Amino acid sequence: MSKRVIDHSEEATAFLKDEKRAAWHDETLWFVRAKRDKAANKIPDWEALRETASKIKEHTLSNLDVLLQEFESKAIANGITVHWASDGDEHNQIVYDILTKNKVQNVVKSKSMLTEECQLNHFLHLKGMQVVDTDLGEYIVQLRHEQPSHIVLPAIHLKKQDVSETFHEHLQTEKDNIDPTYLTRAARKVLRQKFITADAAITGVNFAVAETGGFVVCTNEGNADLGAHSNKIHIACMGIEKIIPRAADLGVFLRLLTRSATGQPITAYSSHFHKPKEGQQMHIVLVDNGRTRQLGRPDFRNSLKCIRCGACFNTCPVYRRSGGHSYHNSVAGPIGAILAPNLNMKDNADLPFASTLCGSCTNVCPVKINIHEQLWSWRQLLMKEGYGGVAKKTAMQTMAAVLGNSTIYKLSGKMGRKFMSWMPGLVNNKFNPWYKQREMPAPPKQSFNEWYKQNRKNE
Amino acid sequence: MNSREKILQTIGQNKPAYVALPPVNSFITQTDDLLNTFAETLTASGGFCTVVADLQPVKDFVLQQKQKGLEVIVGVEGLSDNNIGSFKNYSAVQLQQVDTVVVKGSVAVAENGAIWVTESSMGNRVLPFISEHLIIVIDKESIVANMHEAYKRITIDKEGYGVFIAGPSKTADIEQSLVVGAHGPLSLQVYII
Repeated sequence: MSKRVIDHSEEATAFLKDEKRAAWHDETLWFVRAKRDKAANKIPDWEALRETASKIKEHTLSNLDVLLQEFESKAIANGITVHWASDGDEHNQIVYDILTKNKVQNVVKSKSMLTEECQLNHFLHLKGMQVVDTDLGEYIVQLRHEQPSHIVLPAIHLKKQDVSETFHEHLQTEKDNIDPTYLTRAARKVLRQKFITADAAITGVNFAVAETGGFVVCTNEGNADLGAHSNKIHIACMGIEKIIPRAADLGVFLRLLTRSATGQPITAYSSHFHKPKEGQQMHIVLVDNGRTRQLGRPDFRNSLKCIRCGACFNTCPVYRRSGGHSYHNSVAGPIGAILAPNLNMKDNADLPFASTLCGSCTNVCPVKINIHEQLWSWRQLLMKEGYGGVAKKTAMQTMAAVLGNSTIYKLSGKMGRKFMSWMPGLVNNKFNPWYKQREMPAPPKQSFNEWYKQNRKNE
Repeated sequence: MNSREKILQTIGQNKPAYVALPPVNSFITQTDDLLNTFAETLTASGGFCTVVADLQPVKDFVLQQKQKGLEVIVGVEGLSDNNIGSFKNYSAVQLQQVDTVVVKGSVAVAENGAIWVTESSMGNRVLPFISEHLIIVIDKESIVANMHEAYKRITIDKEGYGVFIAGPSKTADIEQSLVVGAHGPLSLQVYII
């Protein structure tokens, strides 16, 4: 395996060096998870909702071509221009062409994980355009030249002091004023001017309704609406799996989405766009970027049911203790770990191993994606395809040889116990990653097998 | 083959066997005490809720704000200075000083405190977002139990735009501290008639 630029376990080690901050990250996300539980428990038939949402998404995947065409014709009838993009590059080019055709210089963008996936900001920046991320968390990380570390809470890796320093540098706020209200108001002042003086707005899409040819965008800040309604051009970018069949399905998904994400009953704004306002252009870019390939993998296609709530992040013991950046993918966490290898198996081969396979992600998923099983399946596939790395492969082969032969097993057990009691340093050293943050257990004097034989002899 | 054809063709080849679409009409609907449930939920989301007998308190408030010299835009039938229609073609730049907008909500949801506001009732799409403060007037009878009931009452594509509003704009993006008043309105006051 060639060395990738970033490796999850190396990044996690770096993240854990600041013990206090790592503990805060862990506790804060667990608190969000607890809020999710509280919100879910208030709905008497929560499990029926999850089951229905899961079935609606399964139906959608099984009928995706039909639904996309239905959506397209309804959207066109509504006066929306529909574009199709095979990959991220084509998506970026489509957006760029719309912007240049309309002589756009300044763009405001609300949260869209798809545009992160396609690296649209970077692309437009190279073309000399100004793109401002307007979700507060995304705005903060953009000023810091960082990536969002969580799909719902983009700046969860930062503390008030970090934000204060960033805003002091870029927005000239008072030095060391860490009051969240003061900082939020400072950003509000700047961003409200950006909204009304931009030339175009880009938003994501939470749900696109095939039956009506419209789409729904959910925000708490109102930034998608301020951008979309203030500008002559609105471009909405979505992965093709964001389709749902009926308007009535929104009732199911909007009840699940925010309760799963943050424990809120619903976002402050759930905006339903169907037609451009008078004098406005509205565009939708439908993006594949590997989704049709994932649809063809029976073990992994269920990952396309994801509604991007982030519940699996908040509950994951590995995500909470390693931070979003360690996943080196626009979508981090357990769901990111099963989506990323489809985009690039080699570069993301480490991610399915960044899990304890405890299954908590699967338990909280509002659309019942079998995330932990897919993590395990990716491991099988990655090893088979030769992306597991020499160390993992050798270890697995050795283990298979030892566990597959009783004579070797008994002999190596005996040797292991002797070595561990005579020379513990031989196994408990810095070259053995198993002993990082772990204490050496005292080796037993004999195996159960030996004990049994001895005691039977004494009978 | 263009991208559209390529995507549709690959889906055709790769999609799993057909799965039937489930019905969405069998969920539990808790209809007792809708008014209080709505008020409690909205209050928990940072909104203010007042039950009134008629529009008089709204009229009084609007007058009070106007006397302070603040720009108030009114979009509720029965209020004498209903002027929201005349702002339809105003740009966001022209509307940036608006202090308060009063609109009518058509359906309210007890379970999550959300209120459906249509494009025609807001006059200009940007008004409920650019205003410093938002007031929504609803009828007590328009409160339903949950989102399933709400979607039965509304037609989402009847107009070009519609939105469920469930509180003032807010964020918790700085160290998970809740701040009411992000980019949109700093406050939401709901009058229930």
